[in-house]
Amino acid sequence: MSAGNSRSLYQSDEFATRLQRRYAAERRFRMIGIAAIGMATLMLVVLLGSIISKGYTAFLQTEMRVEVTFDPTDVQERNYAAILRRGLYAQFPDATDRASRRALNDLLSSGAPFALEDMVRQDPSLVGTTRTVWVLADDTVDQFMKGAISRDTPESQRPLTDAKIAAIDALSASGALSTGFNTTLFTSGDSREPEQAGIWGAIAGSAMTLIVTMLLSVPIGVAAAIYLEEFAPKNRWTMLIEVNINNLAAVPSIIYGLLGLAVLLGFFGMPRSAPLVGGVVLALMTLPVIIITSRVALKSVPPSIREAALGIGASPLQSVTHHVLPLAMPGILTGTIIGMARALGETAPLLMIGMVAFIVDVPQGFTDSATVLPVQIFMWADSPERAFSERTSGAIMVLLGFLILMNGLAVFLRKKFERRW
Amino acid sequence: MQLTVLIIVLALLTIAGFQLGRSRAAATVGGRLVELHSVPSYHGLYVALWAGVPAVLLLAFWTASESWVVMQLVLAGLPDQFTAVDPQALSLLQADILNLAHGINASREPAPEVLAAAERYNRLHALGDWALLVVGSCLALAGLTWARGRLSPDMRARNRVERAINVALIICSLVAILTTVGIVLSLLFEAIRFFTVISPVEFLFGLHWSPQMAMRADQVGSSGAFGAIPLFTGTLLITVVAMAVAVPVGLMSAIYMSEYANPHLRTWLKPILEILAGIPTVVYGFFAALTMAPFVRDVGQSLGFAVSSESALAAGFVMGVMIIPFVSSLSDDVINAVPQALRDGSYGLGATKSETIRHVVLPAALPGIVAAIMLAVSRAIGETMIVVMAAGLAANLTANPLDAVTTVTAQIASLLVGDQEFDSPKTLSAFGLGLVLFLVTLTLNVVALRVVQKYREKYD
Repeated sequence: MSAGNSRSLYQSDEFATRLQRRYAAERRFRMIGIAAIGMATLMLVVLLGSIISKGYTAFLQTEMRVEVTFDPTDVQERNYAAILRRGLYAQFPDATDRASRRALNDLLSSGAPFALEDMVRQDPSLVGTTRTVWVLADDTVDQFMKGAISRDTPESQRPLTDAKIAAIDALSASGALSTGFNTTLFTSGDSREPEQAGIWGAIAGSAMTLIVTMLLSVPIGVAAAIYLEEFAPKNRWTMLIEVNINNLAAVPSIIYGLLGLAVLLGFFGMPRSAPLVGGVVLALMTLPVIIITSRVALKSVPPSIREAALGIGASPLQSVTHHVLPLAMPGILTGTIIGMARALGETAPLLMIGMVAFIVDVPQGFTDSATVLPVQIFMWADSPERAFSERTSGAIMVLLGFLILMNGLAVFLRKKFERRW
Repeated sequence: MQLTVLIIVLALLTIAGFQLGRSRAAATVGGRLVELHSVPSYHGLYVALWAGVPAVLLLAFWTASESWVVMQLVLAGLPDQFTAVDPQALSLLQADILNLAHGINASREPAPEVLAAAERYNRLHALGDWALLVVGSCLALAGLTWARGRLSPDMRARNRVERAINVALIICSLVAILTTVGIVLSLLFEAIRFFTVISPVEFLFGLHWSPQMAMRADQVGSSGAFGAIPLFTGTLLITVVAMAVAVPVGLMSAIYMSEYANPHLRTWLKPILEILAGIPTVVYGFFAALTMAPFVRDVGQSLGFAVSSESALAAGFVMGVMIIPFVSSLSDDVINAVPQALRDGSYGLGATKSETIRHVVLPAALPGIVAAIMLAVSRAIGETMIVVMAAGLAANLTANPLDAVTTVTAQIASLLVGDQEFDSPKTLSAFGLGLVLFLVTLTLNVVALRVVQKYREKYD
């Protein structure tokens, strides 16, 4: 028995090595736990990081300064493209042949003439005058200015020819190109041209869909929760309803899409792609969530409240509506917001009922064709252009922003009104 | 337009009914409210219910049936040569009439009769809306007057109102049952139509999936084969990959958070998992398709493997990440439910913390963890967006996670997205797949609940 270490007189060598092994196993186990958490954290960071690093440039947009003369005949013929072209050529006196002029035309967004048309429509006195206007540049110019297209790539492999890059260099040297906040992204609907594509149509569609979802699922869900928690007799029927609700909560969301397609579109003949139908489908999907969370909130109100109300002569319904429900409201509200956040992020069932269509116009009513933010993300993710992939990430950031806002509100409400009995 | 007017009229009449009922109740007893059986506002509610409910029911019934009724009337007015055709042509005709009525110009020149029918459709529709406005308002007014006339001091207004509310509550809780019935019926109905064309045996056990039906007889490669085994194995493969990520990571995170982490650390770690849980699946799909899949392919190629750019590994891995919080929060609950006395007993025998967890806590929590894993599997099987975006549509029968596979949900989505005719086996097969998906996830959920109920250790 060697002296000088912590080992006691009664411990054998085998014990000591065994203990060492057991402690090592303990440390290993702990490390595995930390590694698991680290892995989850790492994935979150990688996911958010990749989206933010790809997407933050979507909030910037390159515009081009052009000096245009609103020639009356051109305005009459609505040939705004010609007006714009003349302004552009004036900056490049050397470019006289067709090929170089076509290269110059390609630098402008195909939507730029419409912007001029809108200006004239709003202010007819512009006709005949010469103005300096900022119009959208083509998405390739935009990508080049943001550094996504490198001039080191061989000419055959990049969307911009050397001639165009030279023109862009000249324009940006004279201050005719500027990159600023991308308002188009937040004010327009979908488009085939990345620089004109925005998410406003999708946001409006999402808002309308969510309104329908909320108007249907919240009253029905809360009413069902009140019945099941407060009034339902405990018999086979209510057991069936309860089991049923628990199972519905775990039904894959795409099944709800099939339900919507077969019943709402096929049987009732409701319009395809409409926020109304999307809202109904999402309401059916979030209903179990709302019922379950509302029941938990109602259950957390102590029975003494009900008994006190009944004791002073309130009817069972009065005791619920006057006392239990107000006390359970923060919990119900939290559950509702979380349910709505889930509905906002849902995509699959909406694909089934045709909300995946390419829709340029911002929807004006609940039966207009519309798309929603997650579906817009899904559609843009399929587009091959680099600029669309950037916009997809941008749209994801907006969607996540909304979700963080909603969940933050839920957490705030829970913290503020949380009550321990 | 008329609908909006009617809704406003109904709202006003209902509010008026409430006020009138309340004041009338007070008037019947000359202001001595004690003599009333129910407080005046219940009388008000009673009148308001009579004013609002019948009219709203009428409104709901009419909006649900109007299009159908009007269409039948229009079809009845058409000459026989248009309506005496097979059901498909008839539905085409109906679609034409609807499109014309909504001002959508069909590409081909419509027959004058069809044009007239479309106009008739619009006229009848407008007429119906006006009729609804008038009838609805009259009904509300009649209900209001009748109920108001019945008010008396002894009327048990509160009991009547409460009974009505109770019925409404029951109806609301039946919506959940209706949803289930709707799901089952719609899936079953369409799936049976599918199985009359394709035999269930071929569907469930066939090895070849290519749902493109031939448009012409001589077309190549579009024979239409509906053997779903490749989809089932593909789903299984991706689910296995996902579980291989989610179960160890989720379970170990739960163990670490509930057994090792101090409360301060936990307040930081829990939100991380909650954020992972709150990210929409379409975002995971985008991440899988644009970041993970190329990454997996590059790594695989640098190691000398042939990796598909839509590999099951990438989709499954990202799906696993998505399910981590699901596994961890469910396991967290069951681990926390294991009583502290068991742990203390184990420590008292000299066990280390990890030994206690492995030999005492986990066995005690096992039923709950098994149930959590089954629920997670059901989640993975039903997940759609990740596989639609990252797994592709190649129905390969393979067990190699580096190959591209497709899943049941991805096929459902691709079969039903966009325009489709409702009768082709291609479209109907999606409902067959949906039925299988529904039954499998339902079974998993029911079994998971049973496992929890049956094997739960009772400690009290």
